[in-house]
Amino acid sequence: MVPAQSSIRNWTRTACTTGLHVMLLAYSIVVLYPFFLMIVTSFKSTREIFFSPFGLPAQPGFETYLKVWKNASFNVYFANSAIITGVSVLLILAVGSLAAYGLARYNFRMNTAIYLFFLAGLMLPIRLGIVPLFLLMKNLNLVDTRSALILTYVANGMPFAIFVLTGFFRTLPGELEEAARLDGCGEFMIFHRVMLPLIRPALATVTIFNFVPLWNDLFFPLIFIRSDALKTIPLGMTLFFGQYETEWGLLFAGLVIATIPLATLYLFMSRQFIKGLTAGAIK
Amino acid sequence: MRVIASSAGNFLRKHVYVAFILPALLIYVVFLVYPLLSSLYYGFFQWDGITRGAFMGLANFKKLLAESPYNVRFFSALKHNIHFFLMTMAVQNLVGLAFALILSRGIRGASVYQTIFFMPYTMSVIVLGFLWSLILNPTWGVFNKLLATVGLSGLARPWLGDMATALPAITLVNAWHWVGFPMLVFLAGLEAIPAELHEAARLDGAGGWKLFRRITMPLLMPSITIVTILTFIGNFNAFEIIFAMEGSSGGPYYATDVLGTLFYRTAFGEAGGFSGQDIGLGSAIAAVMFVIIFAISYLGTRFMRSREMQY
Repeated sequence: MVPAQSSIRNWTRTACTTGLHVMLLAYSIVVLYPFFLMIVTSFKSTREIFFSPFGLPAQPGFETYLKVWKNASFNVYFANSAIITGVSVLLILAVGSLAAYGLARYNFRMNTAIYLFFLAGLMLPIRLGIVPLFLLMKNLNLVDTRSALILTYVANGMPFAIFVLTGFFRTLPGELEEAARLDGCGEFMIFHRVMLPLIRPALATVTIFNFVPLWNDLFFPLIFIRSDALKTIPLGMTLFFGQYETEWGLLFAGLVIATIPLATLYLFMSRQFIKGLTAGAIK
Repeated sequence: MRVIASSAGNFLRKHVYVAFILPALLIYVVFLVYPLLSSLYYGFFQWDGITRGAFMGLANFKKLLAESPYNVRFFSALKHNIHFFLMTMAVQNLVGLAFALILSRGIRGASVYQTIFFMPYTMSVIVLGFLWSLILNPTWGVFNKLLATVGLSGLARPWLGDMATALPAITLVNAWHWVGFPMLVFLAGLEAIPAELHEAARLDGAGGWKLFRRITMPLLMPSITIVTILTFIGNFNAFEIIFAMEGSSGGPYYATDVLGTLFYRTAFGEAGGFSGQDIGLGSAIAAVMFVIIFAISYLGTRFMRSREMQY
Protein backbone atom coordinates (compact mmCIF):
# COMPACT_ATOMS: atom_id res chain seq x y z
CA MET A 1 0.00 0.00 0.00
CA VAL A 2 2.71 2.41 1.04
CA PRO A 3 4.86 2.06 -2.10
CA ALA A 4 1.75 2.42 -4.26
CA GLN A 5 0.79 5.62 -2.51
CA SER A 6 4.24 7.12 -2.82
CA SER A 7 4.38 6.22 -6.48
CA ILE A 8 1.05 8.00 -6.98
CA ARG A 9 2.47 11.00 -5.21
CA ASN A 10 5.57 10.86 -7.38
CA TRP A 11 3.42 10.63 -10.44
CA THR A 12 1.34 13.67 -9.46
CA ARG A 13 4.48 15.62 -8.77
CA THR A 14 5.94 14.75 -12.18
CA ALA A 15 2.66 15.64 -13.86
CA CYS A 16 2.59 18.94 -12.03
CA THR A 17 6.18 19.81 -12.96
CA THR A 18 5.49 18.88 -16.57
CA GLY A 19 2.43 21.15 -16.55
CA LEU A 20 4.50 24.04 -15.25
CA HIS A 21 7.16 23.46 -17.90
CA VAL A 22 4.49 23.48 -20.60
CA MET A 23 3.23 26.82 -19.28
CA LEU A 24 6.70 28.32 -19.12
CA LEU A 25 7.56 27.04 -22.60
CA ALA A 26 4.29 28.40 -23.99
CA TYR A 27 5.04 31.84 -22.60
CA SER A 28 8.62 31.64 -23.89
CA ILE A 29 7.10 31.23 -27.35
CA VAL A 30 4.84 34.23 -26.75
CA VAL A 31 7.96 36.28 -25.95
CA LEU A 32 10.24 34.94 -28.67
CA TYR A 33 7.86 34.45 -31.60
CA PRO A 34 7.39 38.19 -32.37
CA PHE A 35 11.17 38.56 -32.62
CA PHE A 36 11.43 35.48 -34.81
CA LEU A 37 8.64 36.84 -36.99
CA MET A 38 10.37 40.20 -37.19
CA ILE A 39 13.60 38.64 -38.46
CA VAL A 40 11.95 36.22 -40.90
CA THR A 41 9.60 38.84 -42.36
CA SER A 42 12.46 41.28 -42.92
CA PHE A 43 13.81 38.90 -45.59
CA LYS A 44 10.52 38.54 -47.43
CA SER A 45 9.06 40.29 -50.43
CA THR A 46 5.85 42.28 -49.96
CA ARG A 47 3.95 39.58 -51.87
CA GLU A 48 5.24 36.85 -49.60
CA ILE A 49 4.41 38.82 -46.46
CA PHE A 50 0.81 38.98 -47.54
CA PHE A 51 0.30 35.51 -49.00
CA SER A 52 2.50 33.35 -46.76
CA PRO A 53 2.74 35.22 -43.48
CA PHE A 54 4.00 32.22 -41.49
CA GLY A 55 6.27 30.58 -44.03
CA LEU A 56 10.00 31.03 -44.33
CA PRO A 57 11.18 33.34 -47.11
CA ALA A 58 11.46 31.51 -50.45
CA GLN A 59 14.65 33.28 -51.48
CA PRO A 60 15.95 35.18 -48.51
CA GLY A 61 17.43 38.42 -49.81
CA PHE A 62 19.29 41.28 -48.26
CA GLU A 63 17.75 43.86 -50.61
CA THR A 64 15.52 45.18 -47.85
CA TYR A 65 18.54 45.75 -45.64
CA LEU A 66 20.54 47.39 -48.41
CA LYS A 67 17.61 49.66 -49.18
CA VAL A 68 17.07 50.57 -45.53
CA TRP A 69 20.75 51.26 -45.05
CA LYS A 70 20.88 53.44 -48.19
CA ASN A 71 17.63 55.34 -47.79
CA ALA A 72 17.19 55.67 -44.06
CA SER A 73 20.08 57.13 -42.12
CA PHE A 74 20.42 54.41 -39.49
CA ASN A 75 24.18 54.93 -39.34
CA VAL A 76 23.53 58.56 -38.37
CA TYR A 77 20.88 57.58 -35.81
CA PHE A 78 23.16 54.93 -34.40
CA ALA A 79 26.06 57.38 -34.03
CA ASN A 80 23.79 59.91 -32.31
CA SER A 81 22.39 57.34 -29.90
CA ALA A 82 25.91 56.14 -29.11
CA ILE A 83 27.32 59.64 -28.54
CA ILE A 84 24.40 60.92 -26.50
CA THR A 85 24.02 57.80 -24.36
CA GLY A 86 27.77 57.34 -23.95
CA VAL A 87 28.56 60.91 -22.93
CA SER A 88 25.53 61.07 -20.62
CA VAL A 89 26.45 57.86 -18.81
CA LEU A 90 30.09 58.93 -18.42
CA LEU A 91 29.05 62.30 -17.01
CA ILE A 92 26.52 60.68 -14.67
CA LEU A 93 29.29 58.42 -13.36
CA ALA A 94 31.83 61.27 -13.02
CA VAL A 95 29.59 63.97 -11.54
CA GLY A 96 27.54 61.48 -9.51
CA SER A 97 30.50 59.73 -7.91
CA LEU A 98 32.11 63.06 -7.00
CA ALA A 99 28.96 64.20 -5.22
CA ALA A 100 28.39 60.81 -3.61
CA TYR A 101 31.96 60.86 -2.29
CA GLY A 102 31.50 64.35 -0.87
CA LEU A 103 28.29 63.31 0.84
CA ALA A 104 29.58 59.98 2.11
CA ARG A 105 33.01 60.96 3.41
CA TYR A 106 32.78 64.50 4.76
CA ASN A 107 30.83 65.75 7.76
CA PHE A 108 29.23 69.15 7.39
CA ARG A 109 26.08 70.87 8.48
CA MET A 110 23.87 70.50 5.39
CA ASN A 111 25.01 66.97 4.55
CA THR A 112 21.81 65.03 5.25
CA ALA A 113 19.62 67.77 3.83
CA ILE A 114 21.49 67.80 0.52
CA TYR A 115 21.46 64.00 0.36
CA LEU A 116 17.68 63.92 0.86
CA PHE A 117 17.28 66.74 -1.64
CA PHE A 118 18.94 64.56 -4.29
CA LEU A 119 16.94 61.49 -3.25
CA ALA A 120 13.64 63.35 -3.67
CA GLY A 121 14.28 63.16 -7.42
CA LEU A 122 13.77 59.37 -7.26
CA MET A 123 10.10 59.85 -6.40
CA LEU A 124 9.18 62.72 -8.70
CA PRO A 125 7.58 62.47 -12.14
CA ILE A 126 10.48 64.28 -13.80
CA ARG A 127 9.01 64.47 -17.30
CA LEU A 128 6.30 66.86 -16.12
CA GLY A 129 8.91 69.62 -16.02
CA ILE A 130 9.29 69.41 -19.79
CA VAL A 131 7.64 72.74 -20.70
CA PRO A 132 9.89 74.91 -18.47
CA LEU A 133 12.84 72.72 -19.44
CA PHE A 134 12.11 73.29 -23.12
CA LEU A 135 11.87 77.06 -22.61
CA LEU A 136 15.11 77.00 -20.62
CA MET A 137 16.89 75.14 -23.43
CA LYS A 138 15.46 77.61 -25.91
CA ASN A 139 16.86 80.53 -23.90
CA LEU A 140 20.22 78.79 -23.70
CA ASN A 141 20.10 78.20 -27.49
CA LEU A 142 20.34 74.49 -26.92
CA VAL A 143 17.16 73.30 -28.64
CA ASP A 144 18.07 70.89 -31.44
CA THR A 145 21.48 70.04 -30.01
CA ARG A 146 22.85 66.88 -28.43
CA SER A 147 23.77 68.94 -25.35
CA ALA A 148 20.10 69.52 -24.51
CA LEU A 149 19.61 65.77 -24.19
CA ILE A 150 22.89 65.17 -22.40
CA LEU A 151 22.24 67.86 -19.76
CA THR A 152 18.70 66.56 -19.20
CA TYR A 153 19.86 62.98 -18.87
CA VAL A 154 22.70 63.85 -16.49
CA ALA A 155 20.30 65.80 -14.24
CA ASN A 156 17.81 62.92 -14.33
CA GLY A 157 20.56 60.43 -13.55
CA MET A 158 21.76 62.18 -10.39
CA PRO A 159 19.24 60.88 -7.80
CA PHE A 160 19.81 57.18 -8.50
CA ALA A 161 23.58 57.52 -8.97
CA ILE A 162 23.96 59.43 -5.70
CA PHE A 163 21.66 57.02 -3.87
CA VAL A 164 23.64 53.94 -4.93
CA LEU A 165 27.17 55.39 -4.86
CA THR A 166 26.81 57.17 -1.51
CA GLY A 167 25.69 53.88 0.01
CA PHE A 168 28.79 52.17 -1.36
CA PHE A 169 31.25 54.89 -0.37
CA ARG A 170 29.92 54.78 3.19
CA THR A 171 30.89 51.12 3.54
CA LEU A 172 34.58 51.78 2.84
CA PRO A 173 36.82 51.84 5.95
CA GLY A 174 38.11 55.27 7.04
CA GLU A 175 41.64 53.92 7.57
CA LEU A 176 42.16 53.81 3.81
CA GLU A 177 41.63 57.52 3.56
CA GLU A 178 43.83 58.32 6.54
CA ALA A 179 46.68 56.16 5.30
CA ALA A 180 46.54 57.85 1.89
CA ARG A 181 46.43 61.28 3.54
CA LEU A 182 49.53 60.42 5.61
CA ASP A 183 51.26 59.43 2.38
CA GLY A 184 50.63 62.96 1.19
CA CYS A 185 47.75 62.34 -1.21
CA GLY A 186 45.46 65.29 -1.92
CA GLU A 187 41.72 64.94 -1.40
CA PHE A 188 40.94 64.49 -5.07
CA MET A 189 43.75 61.97 -5.49
CA ILE A 190 42.35 59.91 -2.58
CA PHE A 191 38.95 59.91 -4.22
CA HIS A 192 40.25 59.10 -7.67
CA ARG A 193 43.08 56.66 -6.94
CA VAL A 194 42.08 54.97 -3.71
CA MET A 195 38.31 55.04 -3.22
CA LEU A 196 36.83 55.05 -6.73
CA PRO A 197 38.40 51.73 -7.83
CA LEU A 198 36.83 50.08 -4.78
CA ILE A 199 33.26 50.81 -5.82
CA ARG A 200 33.46 49.39 -9.35
CA PRO A 201 30.46 47.05 -8.90
CA ALA A 202 28.30 50.03 -7.95
CA LEU A 203 29.55 51.97 -10.97
CA ALA A 204 28.54 49.02 -13.18
CA THR A 205 25.04 49.06 -11.69
CA VAL A 206 24.68 52.80 -12.30
CA THR A 207 25.95 52.36 -15.87
CA ILE A 208 23.40 49.73 -16.87
CA PHE A 209 20.55 51.36 -14.96
CA ASN A 210 21.06 54.51 -17.04
CA PHE A 211 22.37 53.12 -20.31
CA VAL A 212 19.32 51.06 -21.26
CA PRO A 213 16.56 53.66 -20.67
CA LEU A 214 18.65 56.46 -22.22
CA TRP A 215 19.42 54.39 -25.30
CA ASN A 216 15.70 53.61 -25.65
CA ASP A 217 14.32 57.05 -24.80
CA LEU A 218 11.94 58.66 -27.26
CA PHE A 219 10.33 61.37 -25.16
CA PHE A 220 13.16 63.89 -24.77
CA PRO A 221 14.51 63.53 -28.35
CA LEU A 222 10.95 64.01 -29.61
CA ILE A 223 10.76 67.33 -27.77
CA PHE A 224 14.30 68.64 -28.27
CA ILE A 225 15.54 67.36 -31.64
CA ARG A 226 14.41 68.69 -35.02
CA SER A 227 17.22 68.06 -37.55
CA ASP A 228 17.52 64.63 -39.11
CA ALA A 229 21.27 64.71 -38.57
CA LEU A 230 20.77 64.71 -34.77
CA LYS A 231 18.06 62.07 -34.44
CA THR A 232 18.56 59.03 -32.23
CA ILE A 233 17.44 55.51 -33.14
CA PRO A 234 13.99 55.70 -31.45
CA LEU A 235 13.25 59.11 -32.98
CA GLY A 236 14.63 58.01 -36.36
CA MET A 237 12.29 55.01 -36.21
CA THR A 238 9.22 57.28 -36.07
CA LEU A 239 10.43 59.14 -39.17
CA PHE A 240 11.23 55.87 -40.94
CA PHE A 241 7.80 54.39 -40.18
CA GLY A 242 6.10 57.48 -41.53
CA GLN A 243 8.05 57.28 -44.80
CA TYR A 244 7.78 53.57 -45.62
CA GLU A 245 4.29 52.91 -44.33
CA THR A 246 3.47 50.43 -47.08
CA GLU A 247 6.79 48.66 -47.56
CA TRP A 248 6.55 46.08 -44.87
CA GLY A 249 9.79 44.28 -45.62
CA LEU A 250 11.64 47.53 -45.06
CA LEU A 251 9.77 48.26 -41.84
CA PHE A 252 10.71 44.89 -40.37
CA ALA A 253 14.31 45.26 -41.51
CA GLY A 254 14.39 48.66 -39.77
CA LEU A 255 13.06 47.09 -36.58
CA VAL A 256 15.73 44.38 -36.74
CA ILE A 257 18.49 46.97 -37.17
CA ALA A 258 17.14 48.99 -34.25
CA THR A 259 16.91 45.90 -32.03
CA ILE A 260 20.31 44.37 -32.74
CA PRO A 261 22.66 46.50 -30.58
CA LEU A 262 20.92 46.10 -27.23
CA ALA A 263 19.70 42.55 -27.91
CA THR A 264 23.29 41.48 -28.58
CA LEU A 265 24.52 43.10 -25.39
CA TYR A 266 21.70 41.45 -23.45
CA LEU A 267 22.55 38.07 -24.88
CA PHE A 268 26.09 38.28 -23.50
CA MET A 269 25.44 40.17 -20.27
CA SER A 270 21.92 39.20 -19.25
CA ARG A 271 22.92 38.68 -15.62
CA GLN A 272 24.42 42.16 -15.32
CA PHE A 273 21.46 43.68 -17.19
CA ILE A 274 18.95 42.07 -14.87
CA LYS A 275 20.89 43.11 -11.78
CA GLY A 276 21.43 46.68 -12.96
CA LEU A 277 17.92 47.30 -14.20
CA THR A 278 16.19 45.99 -11.11
CA ALA A 279 18.59 47.74 -8.72
CA GLY A 280 16.76 50.01 -6.33
CA ALA A 281 13.60 47.90 -6.36
CA ILE A 282 15.55 44.85 -5.19
CA LYS A 283 17.96 45.24 -2.33
CA MET B 1 42.03 89.85 -7.38
CA ARG B 2 44.70 87.77 -5.75
CA VAL B 3 43.07 88.29 -2.36
CA ILE B 4 39.79 86.95 -3.65
CA ALA B 5 41.50 83.98 -5.30
CA SER B 6 43.44 83.04 -2.22
CA SER B 7 40.45 83.42 0.06
CA ALA B 8 38.45 81.22 -2.30
CA GLY B 9 41.34 78.76 -2.15
CA ASN B 10 41.27 78.87 1.63
CA PHE B 11 37.54 78.32 1.67
CA LEU B 12 37.87 75.32 -0.61
CA ARG B 13 40.72 73.87 1.43
CA LYS B 14 38.54 74.03 4.52
CA HIS B 15 35.37 72.98 2.73
CA VAL B 16 36.70 70.64 0.09
CA TYR B 17 33.37 68.79 -0.04
CA VAL B 18 31.88 71.80 -1.82
CA ALA B 19 34.05 71.12 -4.85
CA PHE B 20 32.88 67.50 -4.85
CA ILE B 21 29.18 68.25 -4.57
CA LEU B 22 28.81 71.48 -6.53
CA PRO B 23 28.77 70.16 -10.13
CA ALA B 24 26.05 67.61 -9.38
CA LEU B 25 24.02 70.10 -7.38
CA LEU B 26 24.20 72.69 -10.14
CA ILE B 27 23.08 70.38 -12.94
CA TYR B 28 20.39 68.85 -10.75
CA VAL B 29 18.93 72.18 -9.68
CA VAL B 30 19.08 73.90 -13.07
CA PHE B 31 17.87 71.06 -15.29
CA LEU B 32 15.56 69.12 -12.99
CA VAL B 33 14.40 70.90 -9.82
CA TYR B 34 13.88 74.32 -11.40
CA PRO B 35 11.84 73.03 -14.40
CA LEU B 36 9.77 70.75 -12.19
CA LEU B 37 8.89 73.52 -9.72
CA SER B 38 8.24 76.00 -12.53
CA SER B 39 5.84 73.56 -14.15
CA LEU B 40 3.73 73.81 -11.01
CA TYR B 41 3.13 77.56 -11.38
CA TYR B 42 3.29 78.15 -15.15
CA GLY B 43 -0.35 77.09 -15.24
CA PHE B 44 -1.36 80.21 -13.29
CA PHE B 45 -0.26 82.51 -16.13
CA GLN B 46 -1.56 83.52 -19.48
CA TRP B 47 0.68 82.44 -22.34
CA ASP B 48 1.05 83.96 -25.75
CA GLY B 49 2.93 81.27 -27.66
CA ILE B 50 6.05 80.80 -25.59
CA THR B 51 5.93 84.23 -23.93
CA ARG B 52 4.59 84.41 -20.42
CA GLY B 53 1.82 86.99 -19.94
CA ALA B 54 -0.24 88.15 -17.01
CA PHE B 55 -1.04 86.19 -13.87
CA MET B 56 -4.53 84.83 -14.25
CA GLY B 57 -5.12 82.80 -11.14
CA LEU B 58 -7.03 79.58 -11.60
CA ALA B 59 -8.41 80.38 -15.07
CA ASN B 60 -6.43 77.64 -16.84
CA PHE B 61 -7.44 75.10 -14.22
CA LYS B 62 -11.10 76.12 -14.50
CA LYS B 63 -10.91 75.75 -18.25
CA LEU B 64 -9.38 72.30 -17.89
CA LEU B 65 -11.82 70.98 -15.31
CA ALA B 66 -15.09 72.72 -16.18
CA GLU B 67 -15.08 73.96 -19.76
CA SER B 68 -16.04 71.81 -22.73
CA PRO B 69 -14.32 70.30 -24.71
CA TYR B 70 -11.25 70.53 -22.47
CA ASN B 71 -12.86 68.89 -19.45
CA VAL B 72 -14.29 66.08 -21.60
CA ARG B 73 -10.83 65.28 -22.94
CA PHE B 74 -9.24 65.60 -19.50
CA PHE B 75 -11.63 63.31 -17.64
CA SER B 76 -11.66 60.77 -20.44
CA ALA B 77 -7.84 60.69 -20.37
CA LEU B 78 -7.86 60.34 -16.58
CA LYS B 79 -10.35 57.48 -16.85
CA HIS B 80 -8.11 55.73 -19.40
CA ASN B 81 -5.12 56.08 -17.08
CA ILE B 82 -7.11 54.48 -14.27
CA HIS B 83 -8.27 51.63 -16.52
CA PHE B 84 -4.74 51.18 -17.82
CA PHE B 85 -3.41 50.95 -14.26
CA LEU B 86 -6.09 48.52 -13.03
CA MET B 87 -5.75 46.25 -16.07
CA THR B 88 -1.95 46.28 -15.73
CA MET B 89 -2.20 45.31 -12.07
CA ALA B 90 -4.59 42.48 -12.94
CA VAL B 91 -2.69 41.15 -15.94
CA GLN B 92 0.98 42.10 -15.83
CA ASN B 93 1.55 41.96 -12.09
CA LEU B 94 -0.53 38.85 -11.39
CA VAL B 95 1.21 37.01 -14.23
CA GLY B 96 4.54 38.28 -12.89
CA LEU B 97 3.63 36.94 -9.45
CA ALA B 98 2.57 33.58 -10.91
CA PHE B 99 5.86 33.22 -12.79
CA ALA B 100 7.81 34.20 -9.68
CA LEU B 101 5.99 31.55 -7.61
CA ILE B 102 6.69 28.90 -10.25
CA LEU B 103 10.34 29.86 -10.74
CA SER B 104 11.01 30.07 -7.00
CA ARG B 105 10.25 26.35 -6.66
CA GLY B 106 13.64 25.50 -8.12
CA ILE B 107 12.27 24.28 -11.44
CA ARG B 108 14.88 23.18 -13.97
CA GLY B 109 15.92 25.91 -16.41
CA ALA B 110 14.57 28.66 -14.16
CA SER B 111 17.34 31.09 -15.03
CA VAL B 112 16.84 30.53 -18.78
CA TYR B 113 13.11 31.29 -18.49
CA GLN B 114 13.95 34.32 -16.38
CA THR B 115 16.33 35.62 -19.06
CA ILE B 116 13.76 35.10 -21.82
CA PHE B 117 10.85 36.70 -19.94
CA PHE B 118 12.93 39.74 -19.02
CA MET B 119 14.30 40.29 -22.54
CA PRO B 120 11.59 42.69 -23.84
CA TYR B 121 12.23 44.90 -20.78
CA THR B 122 15.58 45.96 -22.26
CA MET B 123 14.09 47.14 -25.55
CA SER B 124 12.64 50.45 -26.57
CA VAL B 125 8.92 51.12 -26.33
CA ILE B 126 8.87 52.59 -29.81
CA VAL B 127 10.43 49.53 -31.47
CA LEU B 128 8.20 47.04 -29.65
CA GLY B 129 5.14 49.26 -30.10
CA PHE B 130 5.74 49.43 -33.86
CA LEU B 131 6.42 45.69 -34.01
CA TRP B 132 3.13 44.89 -32.28
CA SER B 133 1.14 47.35 -34.36
CA LEU B 134 2.40 45.54 -37.46
CA ILE B 135 1.45 42.18 -35.93
CA LEU B 136 -2.02 43.45 -35.00
CA ASN B 137 -2.62 45.21 -38.33
CA PRO B 138 -6.05 44.10 -39.65
CA THR B 139 -5.08 43.50 -43.29
CA TRP B 140 -1.43 42.50 -43.10
CA GLY B 141 -0.75 41.46 -39.55
CA VAL B 142 -0.24 37.83 -38.56
CA PHE B 143 -2.38 37.95 -35.42
CA ASN B 144 -5.74 37.77 -37.18
CA LYS B 145 -4.30 35.29 -39.68
CA LEU B 146 -3.19 33.13 -36.76
CA LEU B 147 -6.73 33.24 -35.37
CA ALA B 148 -8.05 32.15 -38.77
CA THR B 149 -5.60 29.22 -38.90
CA VAL B 150 -6.89 27.86 -35.61
CA GLY B 151 -10.49 28.33 -36.71
CA LEU B 152 -11.23 31.45 -34.69
CA SER B 153 -11.55 33.86 -37.60
CA GLY B 154 -14.82 35.07 -36.05
CA LEU B 155 -12.76 36.75 -33.32
CA ALA B 156 -10.58 38.66 -35.76
CA ARG B 157 -10.95 42.42 -35.65
CA PRO B 158 -8.88 45.58 -36.03
CA TRP B 159 -7.62 45.33 -32.45
CA LEU B 160 -6.02 48.76 -32.35
CA GLY B 161 -8.73 50.42 -34.46
CA ASP B 162 -11.71 49.22 -32.47
CA MET B 163 -12.64 51.56 -29.62
CA ALA B 164 -13.59 48.65 -27.38
CA THR B 165 -10.36 46.67 -27.80
CA ALA B 166 -7.71 49.35 -28.36
CA LEU B 167 -6.84 50.08 -24.73
CA PRO B 168 -6.96 46.42 -23.59
CA ALA B 169 -4.74 45.49 -26.55
CA ILE B 170 -2.23 48.17 -25.58
CA THR B 171 -2.36 47.00 -21.96
CA LEU B 172 -1.44 43.49 -23.10
CA VAL B 173 1.44 44.69 -25.27
CA ASN B 174 2.61 46.86 -22.37
CA ALA B 175 2.38 43.89 -19.98
CA TRP B 176 4.29 41.70 -22.45
CA HIS B 177 7.00 44.39 -22.50
CA TRP B 178 7.42 44.91 -18.73
CA VAL B 179 6.31 41.67 -17.02
CA GLY B 180 9.91 40.65 -16.33
CA PHE B 181 10.26 43.43 -13.80
CA PRO B 182 7.48 42.50 -11.33
CA MET B 183 8.50 38.87 -11.81
CA LEU B 184 12.05 39.57 -10.63
CA VAL B 185 10.96 41.81 -7.76
CA PHE B 186 8.55 39.12 -6.52
CA LEU B 187 11.17 36.43 -7.04
CA ALA B 188 13.64 38.34 -4.87
CA GLY B 189 10.90 38.87 -2.29
CA LEU B 190 10.08 35.16 -2.22
CA GLU B 191 13.72 34.18 -1.89
CA ALA B 192 14.03 36.46 1.14
CA ILE B 193 11.32 34.57 3.05
CA PRO B 194 13.05 32.15 5.45
CA ALA B 195 12.35 28.53 4.47
CA GLU B 196 11.78 27.59 8.14
CA LEU B 197 8.60 29.65 8.18
CA HIS B 198 7.08 27.59 5.41
CA GLU B 199 8.26 24.34 7.00
CA ALA B 200 6.85 25.26 10.38
CA ALA B 201 3.49 26.15 8.85
CA ARG B 202 3.46 22.93 6.83
CA LEU B 203 4.14 20.91 9.99
CA ASP B 204 1.17 22.68 11.56
CA GLY B 205 -0.90 21.27 8.72
CA ALA B 206 -1.16 24.30 6.46
CA GLY B 207 -1.05 23.51 2.77
CA GLY B 208 -1.28 25.07 -0.64
CA TRP B 209 -3.60 28.04 -0.67
CA LYS B 210 -3.58 28.57 3.10
CA LEU B 211 0.20 28.62 3.13
CA PHE B 212 0.20 31.21 0.39
CA ARG B 213 -2.53 33.34 1.93
CA ARG B 214 -1.23 33.31 5.51
CA ILE B 215 2.54 33.15 5.13
CA THR B 216 3.73 34.03 1.64
CA MET B 217 1.40 36.94 0.88
CA PRO B 218 1.94 38.93 4.10
CA LEU B 219 5.70 38.49 3.89
CA LEU B 220 5.65 39.51 0.24
CA MET B 221 3.92 42.81 1.04
CA PRO B 222 7.10 44.94 0.70
CA SER B 223 7.55 43.67 -2.88
CA ILE B 224 3.84 44.15 -3.59
CA THR B 225 4.12 47.76 -2.36
CA ILE B 226 7.10 48.50 -4.62
CA VAL B 227 5.52 46.91 -7.69
CA THR B 228 2.16 48.63 -7.15
CA ILE B 229 3.64 52.09 -6.66
CA LEU B 230 6.07 51.78 -9.58
CA THR B 231 3.27 50.48 -11.82
CA PHE B 232 1.12 53.42 -10.80
CA ILE B 233 3.85 55.97 -11.52
CA GLY B 234 4.70 54.26 -14.82
CA ASN B 235 1.09 54.04 -16.00
CA PHE B 236 0.24 57.63 -15.08
CA ASN B 237 3.36 58.81 -16.93
CA ALA B 238 2.53 56.66 -19.96
CA PHE B 239 3.08 58.34 -23.29
CA GLU B 240 5.41 56.46 -25.63
CA ILE B 241 3.41 53.25 -25.96
CA ILE B 242 0.28 55.19 -26.93
CA PHE B 243 2.28 57.49 -29.21
CA ALA B 244 3.86 54.50 -30.97
CA MET B 245 0.69 52.46 -31.43
CA GLU B 246 -2.11 55.02 -31.67
CA GLY B 247 -0.46 58.38 -32.38
CA SER B 248 -0.40 61.48 -30.20
CA SER B 249 -4.21 61.85 -30.20
CA GLY B 250 -4.71 58.43 -28.63
CA GLY B 251 -6.88 57.01 -31.40
CA PRO B 252 -9.27 55.60 -32.44
CA TYR B 253 -11.25 58.71 -31.59
CA TYR B 254 -9.45 59.31 -28.25
CA ALA B 255 -10.22 55.78 -27.03
CA THR B 256 -6.62 55.43 -25.79
CA ASP B 257 -5.95 59.07 -24.99
CA VAL B 258 -4.17 59.29 -21.62
CA LEU B 259 -2.95 62.27 -19.59
CA GLY B 260 0.53 61.92 -21.10
CA THR B 261 -0.70 62.27 -24.70
CA LEU B 262 -3.19 65.02 -23.77
CA PHE B 263 -0.40 66.95 -22.04
CA TYR B 264 1.95 66.51 -25.00
CA ARG B 265 -0.63 67.68 -27.55
CA THR B 266 -1.69 70.64 -25.46
CA ALA B 267 1.76 71.87 -24.50
CA PHE B 268 3.53 71.22 -27.79
CA GLY B 269 0.70 71.35 -30.30
CA GLU B 270 -0.17 68.64 -32.76
CA ALA B 271 -2.86 67.77 -35.25
CA GLY B 272 -6.07 66.75 -33.54
CA GLY B 273 -7.11 67.70 -30.05
CA PHE B 274 -7.10 71.41 -29.38
CA SER B 275 -5.57 73.31 -32.23
CA GLY B 276 -2.08 74.63 -31.73
CA GLN B 277 -0.01 75.00 -28.65
CA ASP B 278 -1.34 76.20 -25.28
CA ILE B 279 1.42 76.34 -22.70
CA GLY B 280 -0.84 77.70 -19.94
CA LEU B 281 -3.35 74.87 -20.27
CA GLY B 282 -0.57 72.33 -20.81
CA SER B 283 1.14 73.44 -17.60
CA ALA B 284 -2.17 73.19 -15.77
CA ILE B 285 -2.41 69.55 -16.94
CA ALA B 286 1.18 68.95 -15.80
CA ALA B 287 0.43 70.45 -12.37
CA VAL B 288 -2.69 68.31 -11.93
CA MET B 289 -0.77 65.19 -13.03
CA PHE B 290 2.03 66.07 -10.62
CA VAL B 291 -0.39 66.37 -7.71
CA ILE B 292 -2.19 63.12 -8.61
CA ILE B 293 1.00 61.10 -9.06
CA PHE B 294 2.79 62.53 -6.04
CA ALA B 295 -0.17 62.40 -3.66
CA ILE B 296 -1.28 58.89 -4.57
CA SER B 297 2.19 57.38 -4.63
CA TYR B 298 2.98 59.01 -1.27
CA LEU B 299 -0.31 58.07 0.44
CA GLY B 300 -0.32 54.67 -1.25
CA THR B 301 3.16 53.88 0.01
CA ARG B 302 2.23 54.89 3.55
CA PHE B 303 -0.98 52.88 3.50
CA MET B 304 0.67 49.77 2.11
CA ARG B 305 3.69 50.06 4.41
CA SER B 306 1.33 50.00 7.38
CA ARG B 307 0.09 46.60 6.20
CA GLU B 308 3.54 45.09 5.87
CA MET B 309 4.68 42.77 8.63
CA GLN B 310 7.95 41.96 10.27
CA TYR B 311 9.33 38.55 10.89
